[in-house]
Amino acid sequence: MDFSIKNHRVLFHLWDTPVYLTDTLIATWIIMGALILLAVVVRVRLRRFQEVPRGFQNIIETMVESMDNFTKTIMGPGFDEFGPYFFGVFLFILLANYSGLFGLRQPTADLAVTGALAMMSFVLIHFRGIRMQKRGYIKEYFSPHPVFFPINLVGEISKPVSLAFRLFGNILGGVIIMGLIYGMLPLALRIVLPDLLHAYFDVFAGSLQAFIFTILSMTFIAQKSTTE
Amino acid sequence: MDGRSFILGMSALSAGICTLSGLGSGLGQGIAAGKAAEAVGRQPEARNSILSTMLVGAAVAETCSVYGLVIALILLMANPLV
Repeated sequence: MDFSIKNHRVLFHLWDTPVYLTDTLIATWIIMGALILLAVVVRVRLRRFQEVPRGFQNIIETMVESMDNFTKTIMGPGFDEFGPYFFGVFLFILLANYSGLFGLRQPTADLAVTGALAMMSFVLIHFRGIRMQKRGYIKEYFSPHPVFFPINLVGEISKPVSLAFRLFGNILGGVIIMGLIYGMLPLALRIVLPDLLHAYFDVFAGSLQAFIFTILSMTFIAQKSTTE
Repeated sequence: MDGRSFILGMSALSAGICTLSGLGSGLGQGIAAGKAAEAVGRQPEARNSILSTMLVGAAVAETCSVYGLVIALILLMANPLV
């Protein structure tokens, strides 16, 4: 039963606070490496792309196009630049949730990672809101009546908190249940029996949570930047 | 019985009680799934949009039980009272 994040060694000291090389850091680097490799491969192959797509080009074009269309259906027109960003976020969360299948500890089962992802959404929500709404942004906090200001403020703060905790709690729940099951089973039974649970907790719940995170971030951003 | 073991035992008990928060979200998700099934039965051509709306709603309903889980984990592993 080990579902804690292990500190392997001290990397460096930041004002006397040791920064550790954790399981999360290793898994995040591996996922980042895989994503960067994919990007480089696509960039190299891009030169040889033809008018009529075939094979590898077909897969890549389908992925990018479906994500752009998805962004357009959820956020409406005028948010085209968010398609590539959310494609990146979605792929990162998806690979992070699937990494449990390869024996890594899921980076999304660490509150630091999900908190960082939620903060990215938080910054986007408010910068985009200020840029699009200008004065209406401030006014929205005092609507329908100035008495509601504290409630509106708490509502804004709770958005990134709930985004972070939803992803973290769901993935960590899966990690804990898998850890308990692996601790319970004898060595011979560990090969076949947990497969079904992996399929549920890692593949199904993982892709669902990645989808939920992106769709909710999209909805929040679109909601905040529409002027009335 | 010293105070520390009393606090530890009560923390374990309250961690168990925290998981009761799954009750409400399970009920809510069940209602959402039932309504979605009704909607698909009435309008089979809108199946995809109904499905994605239901999944988002179910995920939002799940948040409160996830908060319960997080509180239970804090009580068990990083207890602030001990």
